[in-house]
Amino acid sequence: MNAITPVGVNASAFLDRGDVTGNAQRQKAADFLRHVGLPRVGVEAWKYTSLRALADVPFTTAPHAADDAAADTLLAEIETISGLGAGASRVVFVNGYFDAGRSRLPKGVRVSTLAAGTLPDDGIDPAGDVTTALNTILARDGLDLVVPAGVDGGCLLLVSIGQTEAAEPVSFHPRHRIVVEKGGRLALLDASVGRGQYLHNPLYDIAVADGGYLSHARIQAEGKQAVHLAVSHARVAAGGVYDSFTLTLGASLSRHEVHAALMQAGASVHVNGAQLLSGHQHGDLTSVITHAAPDCVSRQTIKNVLSDHARGVFQGKILVERIAQKTDGYQMNQALLLSDGAEIDAKPELEIYADDVKCSHGATVGALDDDQLFYLRSRGIPDAAARSILIRAFLHDVVDQIDDQRLKDSLNLAVEAWWTREVA
Amino acid sequence: MPAVAETRKTVETLGQNTYKWGFETDIEMDIAPKGLNEDTIRLISSRKKEPEWLLEWRLKAYRSWLEMREPTWAKVHHPPIDYQDVHYYAAPRKKPGPKSLEEVDPELLRTYEKLGIPLHEQAMLAGVEVPEGQEARAPVAVDAVFDSVSVATTFRKTLQEAGVIFCPISEAVQEYPELVRKYLGSVVPVTDNFYAALNAAVFTDGSFVFVPKGVRCPMELSTYFRINARNTGQFERTLIVVEDGASVSYLEGCTAPMRDENQLHAAVVELVAMEDASIKYSTVQNWYPGDENGRGGIYNFVTKRGACRGARSKISWTQVETGSAITWKYPSCILQGEGSVGEFYSVAVTNNHQQADTGTKMIHIGRNTRSTIIAKTISAGQSDSTYRGLVRMMPKASGSRNFTQCDSLLIGDRCGAHTVPYIESRNMSARVEHEATTSKISEDQLFYCRQRGLSEEDAVGLIVNGFCKDVLKELPMEFAVEAQKLLQISLEGSVG
Repeated sequence: MNAITPVGVNASAFLDRGDVTGNAQRQKAADFLRHVGLPRVGVEAWKYTSLRALADVPFTTAPHAADDAAADTLLAEIETISGLGAGASRVVFVNGYFDAGRSRLPKGVRVSTLAAGTLPDDGIDPAGDVTTALNTILARDGLDLVVPAGVDGGCLLLVSIGQTEAAEPVSFHPRHRIVVEKGGRLALLDASVGRGQYLHNPLYDIAVADGGYLSHARIQAEGKQAVHLAVSHARVAAGGVYDSFTLTLGASLSRHEVHAALMQAGASVHVNGAQLLSGHQHGDLTSVITHAAPDCVSRQTIKNVLSDHARGVFQGKILVERIAQKTDGYQMNQALLLSDGAEIDAKPELEIYADDVKCSHGATVGALDDDQLFYLRSRGIPDAAARSILIRAFLHDVVDQIDDQRLKDSLNLAVEAWWTREVA
Repeated sequence: MPAVAETRKTVETLGQNTYKWGFETDIEMDIAPKGLNEDTIRLISSRKKEPEWLLEWRLKAYRSWLEMREPTWAKVHHPPIDYQDVHYYAAPRKKPGPKSLEEVDPELLRTYEKLGIPLHEQAMLAGVEVPEGQEARAPVAVDAVFDSVSVATTFRKTLQEAGVIFCPISEAVQEYPELVRKYLGSVVPVTDNFYAALNAAVFTDGSFVFVPKGVRCPMELSTYFRINARNTGQFERTLIVVEDGASVSYLEGCTAPMRDENQLHAAVVELVAMEDASIKYSTVQNWYPGDENGRGGIYNFVTKRGACRGARSKISWTQVETGSAITWKYPSCILQGEGSVGEFYSVAVTNNHQQADTGTKMIHIGRNTRSTIIAKTISAGQSDSTYRGLVRMMPKASGSRNFTQCDSLLIGDRCGAHTVPYIESRNMSARVEHEATTSKISEDQLFYCRQRGLSEEDAVGLIVNGFCKDVLKELPMEFAVEAQKLLQISLEGSVG
């Protein structure tokens, strides 16, 4: 492996805030971040996304959740977007801290939170990537959710509300752990909203045991000035399914990094997503799907709809290890550019060490198809309506791949809400 | 490797003439001492009687090289290279070659035989000192590059009549300084990358081609590279300029004798195509890949780039890469002229412990530019092969198109095949399409061939050639036949 050379920007603003003494994980993460710095363009793993700007923002540690009206408004907003109404169970975090008052804990599953100042020994390499390191150094709280063996945990809403009343830029780094035990099931709708200037850096530690099933749909609808840096580490055991979807709508700068590993035969993962960006938004979906066992399936479809001067980034790697014979991997990545100032940068990557595999990927980039537009126009559909149909059809194609009907409905609603706002 | 009889004359000249810039026979005199510093560069420049501007240009490259780091993004691994442990200049001198084929390494001869090279050409390739040669046969012009100095060029006259300049670049510096100065480094600037900067600082020779307005070059041009002396890096520099409405097809083939040490090769190739011009650049590269344990072999770190400067110009790269221990090579096209066309057809085969990280860059700048990329990667043994390609649509590249297809074939479960495309678009009306697949040789196809009496090796050869057909058909005929055989030889021992 190529040595990581320290070419990043000095990360001391974050390092100084973290107390890493006496914790080996935090210490290791801090050493790593001190060495590599905040990535700027030029590091291969961050080829198209720079965190340079973060170094200059005087982020402070977010204050404990305040019981204010703004948070309630945002919570109501996410309920509207997702369609998951008053009855649904939900776990609410405000500025990275668990908010018991606004949460309605589900039955049948075990819910607790990360005790203040502690860090679970979850086996995640604190020095594997910058996003993880940053979270490891500064994590204060997080959801700890276990779906016991054979239990159907139903549908749960996980909400993160950012920066409600504080005036100064804050950062919060929740560390969530979601475990689905043997044969357990859960549909998790995970939404991030907020206002003002803040950095939301969640880490998801996900384990799906034998025959377990987790559908995990994320709606990233952070505030316009927010920075969102999420990382998921998922491990799937024999016959388990991890069906993930990331919808990127908000934040000025966002990146979701998914590391999904298929650990035993018969496991399957879907790492799908869509980025709908406008203005000067920058959205980055990066994933590494590791086939570490034979007979596993991975599927990935990523769609980007970019207008104005938005920039969409997709970096997706499928890594097939020597042992992972009979792997079935497929990756599709498409981008629709709606204006001349928009930019897409895509790097779909196959790294394959086993010979008896079926792996392919495809990528397309372009504007709306003139022929398709003409077809609709010639049938009397006005231009704007025709474009709307085509754009929504383009997105429907990927949202439709979400397995869980409830989550699918929520995401479709969120896409429609985005589109309505976009047209207005 | 379009080895033809004419080359023998070259070999002969090599053996008999003392170097024309008057080196003495003393070994110390015709090889510069190991190491790289400004003195080495001044020595190279003065030995070649270069004008002041070129020396300055070299020194500028050297100074920026000092500031640069070796690229680490490629998927290749090698022990650190000691750039001070290389001879940067070696002029050919008389050295005792094998007297007959009996003295040549039988392994090498076996390879030649399989390639179907006639006996007398085998002798030439193996460096056997040959008696007076026969008449020239094939209409292929050869500019032979032996180690660092191009010693002879054939067919000069025919080309001159057509107005085509084809000569060693060191000669072009003397005879056409204005042309060289105008275009040298204009496609690959001295500071482009680590290896290109190194090349600019120490390049010793290479080919220069200039095809004037409206001329269709009357014959295929070819350079026959060969690494000959021990421990000398090869730093070739090729510059091809094709004016409005002109066209040329250039063939480059390489071979090297068996060797133990790793040898560094950092060439730079620059192509310039003006309005309506077209350049076809074909390469068959089968340098010594190291033995089956991964010892030895050539490090091939090459920068190749073509600029389609004029409207409707076209640059087409075709490569068959079977050799070298490490290949790091991305023949690229800068599509500047409106409606210009870039093409890249590649077959890369790795076996044993070879590593290849190769691909292309298509930079679409002008309107309605088009590019096609077809890359076939075959990995066997314990090798690693990577396709790495960039397609970039710049904001003004309206209506531009790219189509990319990358297919990888794995033979055996100890090798790796990787695909790393980079797709960047900043123009709404540009369209990029990319597809890639990875698979192994289908059991059904293999069974079908075996059942009809083909040996397993022949069957694999047949299937592999079918897999590469889209690329091989782009090669000029004399290369295509050889390339097919080469593929099969490269994969020897990888099945069964």
